[in-house]
Amino acid sequence: MKYLKNVATLVYHPEKCVGCGMCVTVCPHRVFTEYNGKVQITDIDLCMECGACTTNCAFNAIEVHKGVGCAAAILIGMLTGEEPSCG
Amino acid sequence: MAKQSCCGSSSSSRNVKYRFVTLPKPLSTSDEGKTPVQSACCGGVGNLTYTKRQRKSKNASGVDRWVIDLVETPVGKIRRVSTQLDIRDVLGSWKCRWSNGRMDYKVDPGLYCVGTPDNQSPVLVTSNYKMTFDRVRKELENISAWILVLDTDGVNVWCAAGKGTFGTNELIHRISVVRLAMVVTHRKVIVPQLGATGIAAHEIAKQTGFNVVFGPVRASDVKKFLTDGMVASEEMRTVKFTMLDRLVLTPMELVTALKPMLLAFGVLFILNAIGLGHYGGMDLVALLGAIVVGCVIVPVLLPWIPGRAFSWKGFLFGLLWAVVVVVQQGLSATSELSMIKMIAFLLILPALSSFLSLNFTGSSTYTSLSGVDSEMRIALPAILIASISGVILLLINDCIIAFG
Repeated sequence: MKYLKNVATLVYHPEKCVGCGMCVTVCPHRVFTEYNGKVQITDIDLCMECGACTTNCAFNAIEVHKGVGCAAAILIGMLTGEEPSCG
Repeated sequence: MAKQSCCGSSSSSRNVKYRFVTLPKPLSTSDEGKTPVQSACCGGVGNLTYTKRQRKSKNASGVDRWVIDLVETPVGKIRRVSTQLDIRDVLGSWKCRWSNGRMDYKVDPGLYCVGTPDNQSPVLVTSNYKMTFDRVRKELENISAWILVLDTDGVNVWCAAGKGTFGTNELIHRISVVRLAMVVTHRKVIVPQLGATGIAAHEIAKQTGFNVVFGPVRASDVKKFLTDGMVASEEMRTVKFTMLDRLVLTPMELVTALKPMLLAFGVLFILNAIGLGHYGGMDLVALLGAIVVGCVIVPVLLPWIPGRAFSWKGFLFGLLWAVVVVVQQGLSATSELSMIKMIAFLLILPALSSFLSLNFTGSSTYTSLSGVDSEMRIALPAILIASISGVILLLINDCIIAFG
Protein backbone atom coordinates (compact mmCIF):
# COMPACT_ATOMS: atom_id res chain seq x y z
CA MET A 1 0.00 0.00 0.00
CA LYS A 2 1.26 3.43 -0.90
CA TYR A 3 0.42 6.78 0.61
CA LEU A 4 0.74 10.25 -0.94
CA LYS A 5 3.37 10.96 -3.59
CA ASN A 6 6.28 13.40 -3.20
CA VAL A 7 5.77 14.21 0.47
CA ALA A 8 8.42 12.17 2.30
CA THR A 9 11.26 14.21 3.80
CA LEU A 10 13.80 11.38 3.48
CA VAL A 11 17.26 12.49 2.33
CA TYR A 12 20.21 10.17 1.70
CA HIS A 13 23.81 11.39 1.66
CA PRO A 14 25.83 8.78 -0.26
CA GLU A 15 29.14 10.49 0.53
CA LYS A 16 28.67 9.71 4.24
CA CYS A 17 27.42 6.17 3.70
CA VAL A 18 29.79 3.31 4.47
CA GLY A 19 27.41 0.63 3.24
CA CYS A 20 26.81 -1.05 6.60
CA GLY A 21 23.29 -1.94 5.47
CA MET A 22 21.60 -1.12 8.77
CA CYS A 23 18.94 1.03 7.05
CA VAL A 24 18.19 -1.84 4.67
CA THR A 25 17.58 -4.09 7.69
CA VAL A 26 15.40 -1.80 9.78
CA CYS A 27 13.14 -0.14 7.19
CA PRO A 28 9.62 -1.56 7.61
CA HIS A 29 8.70 -0.63 4.04
CA ARG A 30 11.92 -1.78 2.35
CA VAL A 31 12.75 1.66 0.98
CA PHE A 32 16.49 0.91 0.75
CA THR A 33 18.41 -1.72 -1.17
CA GLU A 34 22.12 -2.42 -1.13
CA TYR A 35 23.82 -1.10 -4.22
CA ASN A 36 27.48 -0.93 -5.18
CA GLY A 37 28.82 -1.04 -1.64
CA LYS A 38 26.34 1.64 -0.57
CA VAL A 39 22.57 1.81 -0.62
CA GLN A 40 19.97 3.37 -2.84
CA ILE A 41 16.40 4.49 -2.31
CA THR A 42 14.11 2.30 -4.37
CA ASP A 43 10.85 4.17 -3.90
CA ILE A 44 10.76 7.23 -1.67
CA ASP A 45 6.94 7.30 -1.74
CA LEU A 46 6.95 4.14 0.41
CA CYS A 47 8.63 6.05 3.26
CA MET A 48 6.43 6.62 6.32
CA GLU A 49 9.05 8.72 8.14
CA CYS A 50 9.22 6.40 11.16
CA GLY A 51 12.88 7.29 11.55
CA ALA A 52 14.21 3.75 12.07
CA CYS A 53 16.89 4.29 9.40
CA THR A 54 18.17 7.62 10.66
CA THR A 55 18.14 6.42 14.30
CA ASN A 56 20.28 3.46 13.31
CA CYS A 57 22.63 5.20 10.92
CA ALA A 58 25.85 5.67 12.89
CA PHE A 59 27.28 7.86 10.12
CA ASN A 60 24.49 10.46 9.75
CA ALA A 61 24.02 9.51 6.13
CA ILE A 62 20.24 9.63 6.37
CA GLU A 63 18.00 12.51 7.33
CA VAL A 64 14.26 12.42 7.75
CA HIS A 65 11.76 14.54 9.62
CA LYS A 66 10.71 11.73 11.90
CA GLY A 67 7.16 11.66 13.23
CA VAL A 68 3.82 9.95 13.49
CA GLY A 69 1.45 9.85 10.52
CA CYS A 70 -1.54 10.29 12.78
CA ALA A 71 -4.23 12.91 12.15
CA ALA A 72 -5.29 13.07 15.81
CA ALA A 73 -1.72 13.67 16.96
CA ILE A 74 -1.18 16.36 14.31
CA LEU A 75 -4.47 18.03 15.24
CA ILE A 76 -3.55 18.07 18.93
CA GLY A 77 -0.08 19.31 17.95
CA MET A 78 -1.66 22.17 15.95
CA LEU A 79 -3.84 23.15 18.90
CA THR A 80 -1.13 22.95 21.56
CA GLY A 81 1.70 24.17 19.35
CA GLU A 82 3.78 21.11 20.14
CA GLU A 83 5.41 18.46 17.98
CA PRO A 84 2.77 15.81 17.08
CA SER A 85 3.08 12.71 19.26
CA CYS A 86 0.83 9.87 20.33
CA GLY A 87 -1.11 9.86 23.59
CA MET B 1 33.27 -10.36 29.44
CA ALA B 2 30.76 -10.52 32.20
CA LYS B 3 31.56 -8.79 35.42
CA GLN B 4 31.80 -10.76 38.65
CA SER B 5 29.50 -9.63 41.40
CA CYS B 6 27.96 -10.45 44.75
CA CYS B 7 26.01 -13.22 43.16
CA GLY B 8 29.24 -14.75 41.92
CA SER B 9 28.82 -16.40 38.58
CA SER B 10 31.71 -17.68 36.59
CA SER B 11 31.25 -16.62 33.04
CA SER B 12 32.57 -19.64 31.25
CA SER B 13 31.60 -20.33 27.68
CA ARG B 14 30.27 -23.76 28.65
CA ASN B 15 26.56 -24.28 28.75
CA VAL B 16 25.41 -23.71 32.26
CA LYS B 17 22.02 -25.21 32.95
CA TYR B 18 19.95 -23.26 35.37
CA ARG B 19 17.97 -24.96 38.09
CA PHE B 20 14.25 -24.61 38.47
CA VAL B 21 12.65 -23.87 41.76
CA THR B 22 8.99 -23.96 42.52
CA LEU B 23 6.96 -20.89 43.17
CA PRO B 24 6.49 -19.75 46.73
CA LYS B 25 3.15 -20.93 48.06
CA PRO B 26 0.53 -18.20 48.14
CA LEU B 27 0.30 -16.60 51.54
CA SER B 28 -3.38 -15.99 51.59
CA THR B 29 -3.72 -13.64 54.52
CA SER B 30 -0.35 -12.12 55.26
CA ASP B 31 0.58 -8.69 53.91
CA GLU B 32 4.18 -9.64 53.35
CA GLY B 33 2.93 -11.94 50.64
CA LYS B 34 2.39 -8.86 48.49
CA THR B 35 6.13 -8.42 47.88
CA PRO B 36 7.08 -9.24 44.32
CA VAL B 37 9.05 -12.45 43.83
CA GLN B 38 12.12 -10.79 42.45
CA SER B 39 12.85 -8.91 45.63
CA ALA B 40 15.41 -11.57 46.54
CA CYS B 41 19.09 -10.69 47.04
CA CYS B 42 19.58 -9.80 43.42
CA GLY B 43 16.25 -8.12 42.98
CA GLY B 44 16.25 -5.70 40.14
CA VAL B 45 12.67 -4.53 39.83
CA GLY B 46 12.74 -1.75 42.38
CA ASN B 47 9.66 -0.32 43.97
CA LEU B 48 6.52 -1.41 42.24
CA THR B 49 3.10 0.02 42.56
CA TYR B 50 0.36 -1.87 40.84
CA THR B 51 -2.87 -0.70 39.34
CA LYS B 52 -6.10 -2.53 40.13
CA ARG B 53 -6.00 -4.41 36.84
CA GLN B 54 -2.41 -5.53 37.44
CA ARG B 55 -3.22 -6.72 40.97
CA LYS B 56 -6.07 -8.82 39.63
CA SER B 57 -3.66 -11.04 37.70
CA LYS B 58 -1.46 -11.69 40.72
CA ASN B 59 -1.82 -14.28 43.46
CA ALA B 60 -1.30 -13.48 47.12
CA SER B 61 2.48 -13.79 46.73
CA GLY B 62 2.45 -11.17 43.99
CA VAL B 63 3.08 -13.74 41.25
CA ASP B 64 1.31 -13.22 37.94
CA ARG B 65 -0.84 -16.14 36.89
CA TRP B 66 1.13 -16.69 33.66
CA VAL B 67 4.30 -17.41 35.66
CA ILE B 68 4.87 -21.19 35.92
CA ASP B 69 7.84 -21.29 38.26
CA LEU B 70 11.16 -19.64 38.98
CA VAL B 71 14.59 -20.34 37.58
CA GLU B 72 17.62 -20.01 39.79
CA THR B 73 20.22 -17.88 37.99
CA PRO B 74 23.35 -16.01 39.06
CA VAL B 75 21.20 -12.89 39.40
CA GLY B 76 18.47 -14.50 41.46
CA LYS B 77 15.19 -16.12 40.62
CA ILE B 78 13.80 -15.39 37.18
CA ARG B 79 10.14 -15.91 36.31
CA ARG B 80 9.43 -18.67 33.80
CA VAL B 81 6.26 -17.96 31.87
CA SER B 82 3.80 -20.19 30.11
CA THR B 83 3.65 -20.24 26.30
CA GLN B 84 -0.05 -21.02 26.45
CA LEU B 85 -2.59 -18.24 26.65
CA ASP B 86 -5.64 -18.94 28.76
CA ILE B 87 -9.15 -17.62 28.34
CA ARG B 88 -8.44 -14.58 30.54
CA ASP B 89 -5.53 -13.57 28.28
CA VAL B 90 -7.75 -13.87 25.22
CA LEU B 91 -10.58 -11.91 26.83
CA GLY B 92 -8.07 -9.31 28.05
CA SER B 93 -6.90 -8.66 24.48
CA TRP B 94 -10.48 -8.54 23.26
CA LYS B 95 -11.39 -5.94 25.89
CA CYS B 96 -8.47 -3.77 24.76
CA ARG B 97 -9.66 -3.99 21.15
CA TRP B 98 -12.93 -2.48 22.35
CA SER B 99 -11.07 0.28 24.15
CA ASN B 100 -11.71 -1.15 27.60
CA GLY B 101 -8.76 -0.66 29.97
CA ARG B 102 -6.41 -0.42 27.02
CA MET B 103 -4.09 2.08 28.69
CA ASP B 104 -3.69 -0.07 31.77
CA TYR B 105 -2.83 -3.52 30.42
CA LYS B 106 0.71 -4.10 31.56
CA VAL B 107 3.19 -6.64 32.82
CA ASP B 108 6.09 -5.86 35.13
CA PRO B 109 9.23 -4.86 33.23
CA GLY B 110 12.25 -7.08 33.81
CA LEU B 111 13.65 -10.44 32.87
CA TYR B 112 11.51 -13.52 32.20
CA CYS B 113 12.16 -16.82 30.47
CA VAL B 114 10.48 -19.61 28.55
CA GLY B 115 11.52 -23.27 28.26
CA THR B 116 14.76 -24.26 29.94
CA PRO B 117 17.18 -21.50 29.03
CA ASP B 118 20.88 -21.52 29.87
CA ASN B 119 23.68 -19.00 29.57
CA GLN B 120 23.78 -19.45 25.79
CA SER B 121 20.07 -18.94 25.18
CA PRO B 122 18.86 -16.02 23.06
CA VAL B 123 17.50 -12.86 24.65
CA LEU B 124 14.31 -11.45 23.16
CA VAL B 125 13.43 -7.85 23.94
CA THR B 126 9.82 -6.70 24.05
CA SER B 127 7.49 -4.09 25.54
CA ASN B 128 5.40 -4.36 28.68
CA TYR B 129 2.01 -4.04 26.95
CA LYS B 130 0.33 -7.26 28.07
CA MET B 131 -1.08 -7.94 24.59
CA THR B 132 2.42 -7.68 23.12
CA PHE B 133 3.96 -9.82 25.86
CA ASP B 134 1.27 -12.48 25.30
CA ARG B 135 1.86 -12.49 21.55
CA VAL B 136 5.56 -13.07 22.09
CA ARG B 137 5.29 -15.89 24.66
CA LYS B 138 2.54 -17.61 22.68
CA GLU B 139 4.99 -18.04 19.79
CA LEU B 140 7.76 -19.53 21.92
CA GLU B 141 6.48 -23.04 22.51
CA ASN B 142 9.38 -25.54 22.71
CA ILE B 143 11.88 -22.70 22.66
CA SER B 144 14.25 -21.82 25.45
CA ALA B 145 14.89 -18.11 25.66
CA TRP B 146 15.14 -15.11 27.93
CA ILE B 147 12.58 -12.37 27.53
CA LEU B 148 13.66 -8.86 28.47
CA VAL B 149 10.59 -6.70 29.00
CA LEU B 150 11.19 -2.95 28.73
CA ASP B 151 9.06 -0.44 30.59
CA THR B 152 7.01 1.22 27.85
CA ASP B 153 4.17 2.11 30.19
CA GLY B 154 1.93 -0.52 28.65
CA VAL B 155 2.37 0.63 25.04
CA ASN B 156 3.20 -1.72 22.15
CA VAL B 157 6.69 -1.86 20.63
CA TRP B 158 6.15 0.27 17.51
CA CYS B 159 4.16 3.07 19.13
CA ALA B 160 6.48 3.11 22.13
CA ALA B 161 9.50 3.23 19.81
CA GLY B 162 7.94 6.25 18.10
CA LYS B 163 7.48 7.94 21.45
CA GLY B 164 10.96 6.93 22.56
CA THR B 165 9.90 4.88 25.59
CA PHE B 166 10.91 1.68 23.79
CA GLY B 167 14.22 3.40 23.35
CA THR B 168 17.97 3.34 23.60
CA ASN B 169 18.08 4.67 27.16
CA GLU B 170 15.47 2.23 28.48
CA LEU B 171 17.24 -0.77 26.91
CA ILE B 172 20.60 0.31 28.34
CA HIS B 173 18.97 0.82 31.73
CA ARG B 174 17.11 -2.52 31.63
CA ILE B 175 20.19 -4.52 30.56
CA SER B 176 22.01 -3.09 33.54
CA VAL B 177 19.15 -3.43 36.06
CA VAL B 178 18.54 -7.11 35.35
CA ARG B 179 22.32 -7.72 35.07
CA LEU B 180 21.92 -9.48 31.78
CA ALA B 181 25.66 -9.81 31.36
CA MET B 182 25.66 -12.29 34.26
CA VAL B 183 22.77 -14.35 32.97
CA VAL B 184 24.11 -15.00 29.47
CA THR B 185 27.65 -15.36 28.23
CA HIS B 186 26.94 -14.23 24.67
CA ARG B 187 26.49 -10.54 23.92
CA LYS B 188 23.43 -10.36 21.71
CA VAL B 189 19.94 -9.05 22.27
CA ILE B 190 17.19 -9.61 19.74
CA VAL B 191 15.11 -6.45 19.33
CA PRO B 192 11.94 -6.53 17.21
CA GLN B 193 12.57 -4.68 13.95
CA LEU B 194 9.84 -2.14 14.65
CA GLY B 195 11.74 -1.16 17.79
CA ALA B 196 14.45 0.29 15.54
CA THR B 197 12.61 3.61 15.46
CA GLY B 198 13.49 4.06 19.14
CA ILE B 199 16.62 1.96 19.58
CA ALA B 200 19.96 2.90 18.06
CA ALA B 201 21.88 -0.37 17.80
CA HIS B 202 25.29 1.31 17.67
CA GLU B 203 24.57 3.22 20.89
CA ILE B 204 23.56 0.01 22.69
CA ALA B 205 26.79 -1.68 21.60
CA LYS B 206 28.87 1.30 22.70
CA GLN B 207 27.26 1.58 26.12
CA THR B 208 26.48 -2.00 27.13
CA GLY B 209 28.68 -4.26 25.01
CA PHE B 210 25.57 -6.01 23.76
CA ASN B 211 25.01 -6.20 20.02
CA VAL B 212 21.50 -5.59 18.82
CA VAL B 213 20.20 -8.07 16.29
CA PHE B 214 16.99 -6.80 14.73
CA GLY B 215 14.47 -9.62 14.66
CA PRO B 216 11.41 -9.96 12.44
CA VAL B 217 8.50 -7.50 12.42
CA ARG B 218 5.93 -10.04 13.64
CA ALA B 219 6.19 -12.21 16.75
CA SER B 220 4.81 -15.12 14.73
CA ASP B 221 8.09 -15.21 12.76
CA VAL B 222 10.37 -15.28 15.80
CA LYS B 223 10.56 -19.08 15.94
CA LYS B 224 11.61 -19.31 12.29
CA PHE B 225 14.06 -16.45 12.81
CA LEU B 226 15.72 -18.36 15.66
CA THR B 227 15.84 -21.71 13.90
CA ASP B 228 17.22 -20.09 10.72
CA GLY B 229 20.21 -18.78 12.66
CA MET B 230 18.87 -15.28 13.28
CA VAL B 231 18.19 -14.45 9.67
CA ALA B 232 14.96 -12.75 8.64
CA SER B 233 13.60 -12.96 5.12
CA GLU B 234 12.46 -9.87 3.21
CA GLU B 235 8.90 -10.95 3.90
CA MET B 236 9.59 -11.14 7.65
CA ARG B 237 11.06 -7.64 7.52
CA THR B 238 8.13 -6.01 5.76
CA VAL B 239 5.22 -4.38 7.52
CA LYS B 240 1.84 -5.38 6.20
CA PHE B 241 -1.66 -4.11 6.74
CA THR B 242 -3.92 -7.01 5.85
CA MET B 243 -7.70 -6.89 5.88
CA LEU B 244 -7.69 -8.78 9.19
CA ASP B 245 -5.13 -6.33 10.63
CA ARG B 246 -7.45 -3.51 9.69
CA LEU B 247 -10.62 -5.23 10.84
CA VAL B 248 -9.41 -5.82 14.41
CA LEU B 249 -8.73 -2.09 14.72
CA THR B 250 -12.24 -1.01 13.78
CA PRO B 251 -14.03 -1.57 17.13
CA MET B 252 -11.58 0.86 18.70
CA GLU B 253 -12.35 3.43 15.98
CA LEU B 254 -16.09 2.94 16.48
CA VAL B 255 -16.01 3.29 20.26
CA THR B 256 -13.83 6.39 20.04
CA ALA B 257 -16.17 7.99 17.48
CA LEU B 258 -19.39 7.09 19.24
CA LYS B 259 -18.48 8.79 22.51
CA PRO B 260 -18.55 12.36 21.13
CA MET B 261 -21.45 11.41 18.85
CA LEU B 262 -23.60 10.69 21.90
CA LEU B 263 -23.32 14.40 22.60
CA ALA B 264 -24.64 15.22 19.12
CA PHE B 265 -27.54 12.83 19.62
CA GLY B 266 -28.24 14.54 22.94
CA VAL B 267 -28.42 17.93 21.20
CA LEU B 268 -30.86 16.57 18.61
CA PHE B 269 -32.96 15.11 21.41
CA ILE B 270 -33.07 18.46 23.23
CA LEU B 271 -34.01 20.26 19.99
CA ASN B 272 -36.85 17.78 19.59
CA ALA B 273 -37.92 18.21 23.22
CA ILE B 274 -38.19 22.00 22.99
CA GLY B 275 -40.24 21.65 19.84
CA LEU B 276 -37.64 23.09 17.49
CA GLY B 277 -36.14 19.85 16.21
CA HIS B 278 -37.89 17.33 13.99
CA TYR B 279 -35.51 14.46 14.06
CA GLY B 280 -36.49 10.85 13.85
CA GLY B 281 -35.11 7.35 13.59
CA MET B 282 -34.08 7.82 9.98
CA ASP B 283 -31.83 10.75 10.88
CA LEU B 284 -30.20 8.64 13.56
CA VAL B 285 -29.61 5.86 11.01
CA ALA B 286 -28.13 8.40 8.57
CA LEU B 287 -25.60 9.63 11.16
CA LEU B 288 -24.75 6.17 12.47
CA GLY B 289 -24.27 4.99 8.89
CA ALA B 290 -21.78 7.77 8.20
CA ILE B 291 -19.88 6.73 11.33
CA VAL B 292 -19.82 3.08 10.28
CA VAL B 293 -18.59 4.13 6.83
CA GLY B 294 -15.73 6.16 8.31
CA CYS B 295 -14.78 3.75 11.10
CA VAL B 296 -15.37 0.33 9.56
CA ILE B 297 -16.14 0.28 5.82
CA VAL B 298 -13.33 2.57 4.69
CA PRO B 299 -10.66 0.94 6.91
CA VAL B 300 -11.66 -2.56 5.79
CA LEU B 301 -11.85 -1.69 2.06
CA LEU B 302 -8.91 0.74 2.26
CA PRO B 303 -6.69 -0.47 -0.62
CA TRP B 304 -9.59 -0.85 -3.04
CA ILE B 305 -11.07 2.62 -2.62
CA PRO B 306 -9.77 4.97 -5.33
CA GLY B 307 -7.34 7.70 -4.30
CA ARG B 308 -4.62 7.74 -1.67
CA ALA B 309 -5.64 10.36 0.88
CA PHE B 310 -7.67 8.80 3.70
CA SER B 311 -9.95 11.83 3.93
CA TRP B 312 -10.72 11.50 0.22
CA LYS B 313 -11.57 7.81 0.56
CA GLY B 314 -13.88 8.66 3.45
CA PHE B 315 -15.49 11.53 1.55
CA LEU B 316 -16.15 9.32 -1.45
CA PHE B 317 -17.89 6.57 0.51
CA GLY B 318 -19.60 9.10 2.78
CA LEU B 319 -21.05 10.78 -0.30
CA LEU B 320 -22.26 7.41 -1.58
CA TRP B 321 -23.95 6.81 1.77
CA ALA B 322 -25.51 10.31 1.75
CA VAL B 323 -26.95 9.66 -1.71
CA VAL B 324 -28.42 6.37 -0.50
CA VAL B 325 -30.00 8.16 2.50
CA VAL B 326 -31.41 11.01 0.42
CA VAL B 327 -32.82 8.70 -2.27
CA GLN B 328 -34.29 6.33 0.31
CA GLN B 329 -35.91 9.17 2.28
CA GLY B 330 -37.02 10.91 -0.91
CA LEU B 331 -38.77 7.78 -2.10
CA SER B 332 -40.39 7.03 1.25
CA ALA B 333 -44.04 8.11 1.34
CA THR B 334 -44.01 9.03 5.04
CA SER B 335 -40.85 11.12 4.90
CA GLU B 336 -40.96 14.89 4.55
CA LEU B 337 -37.47 15.49 3.29
CA SER B 338 -37.15 19.12 2.29
CA MET B 339 -34.61 20.28 -0.24
CA ILE B 340 -32.72 22.14 2.51
CA LYS B 341 -32.39 19.02 4.68
CA MET B 342 -31.34 17.01 1.65
CA ILE B 343 -28.46 19.43 0.97
CA ALA B 344 -27.58 19.43 4.67
CA PHE B 345 -27.27 15.62 4.59
CA LEU B 346 -25.14 15.76 1.47
CA LEU B 347 -22.80 18.14 3.31
CA ILE B 348 -22.70 16.63 6.79
CA LEU B 349 -22.56 12.88 6.14
CA PRO B 350 -19.57 12.88 3.74
CA ALA B 351 -17.75 15.36 6.02
CA LEU B 352 -18.27 13.06 9.01
CA SER B 353 -17.09 9.94 7.15
CA SER B 354 -14.14 11.87 5.76
CA PHE B 355 -13.04 13.06 9.20
CA LEU B 356 -13.30 9.59 10.72
CA SER B 357 -11.36 8.02 7.84
CA LEU B 358 -8.69 10.69 8.19
CA ASN B 359 -8.46 9.67 11.82
CA PHE B 360 -7.65 6.10 10.77
CA THR B 361 -4.23 7.33 9.55
CA GLY B 362 -3.16 7.01 13.18
CA SER B 363 -3.94 3.29 13.17
CA SER B 364 -2.48 2.58 9.75
CA THR B 365 1.02 1.22 9.20
CA TYR B 366 2.11 3.29 6.22
CA THR B 367 1.13 6.95 6.56
CA SER B 368 3.83 9.56 7.14
CA LEU B 369 3.74 12.74 9.20
CA SER B 370 4.36 14.88 6.10
CA GLY B 371 1.65 13.05 4.17
CA VAL B 372 -1.05 13.32 6.82
CA ASP B 373 -0.07 16.91 7.44
CA SER B 374 -0.45 17.80 3.77
CA GLU B 375 -3.80 16.02 3.33
CA MET B 376 -5.11 17.67 6.50
CA ARG B 377 -4.35 21.14 5.19
CA ILE B 378 -6.90 20.59 2.46
CA ALA B 379 -9.29 18.18 4.17
CA LEU B 380 -9.77 19.88 7.53
CA PRO B 381 -10.98 23.27 6.25
CA ALA B 382 -13.27 21.50 3.76
CA ILE B 383 -14.69 19.23 6.47
CA LEU B 384 -15.24 22.19 8.79
CA ILE B 385 -16.96 24.34 6.16
CA ALA B 386 -19.17 21.47 4.98
CA SER B 387 -20.27 20.43 8.45
CA ILE B 388 -20.86 23.98 9.75
CA SER B 389 -22.92 24.91 6.67
CA GLY B 390 -24.79 21.62 7.00
CA VAL B 391 -25.67 22.32 10.62
CA ILE B 392 -26.79 25.88 9.76
CA LEU B 393 -29.03 24.49 6.99
CA LEU B 394 -30.55 21.99 9.43
CA LEU B 395 -31.33 24.80 11.88
CA ILE B 396 -32.87 26.91 9.10
CA ASN B 397 -34.93 23.88 8.09
CA ASP B 398 -36.08 23.43 11.71
CA CYS B 399 -37.05 27.10 11.98
CA ILE B 400 -39.02 26.94 8.74
CA ILE B 401 -40.95 23.92 9.98
CA ALA B 402 -41.48 25.35 13.47
CA PHE B 403 -42.35 28.96 12.61
CA GLY B 404 -42.98 29.00 8.90
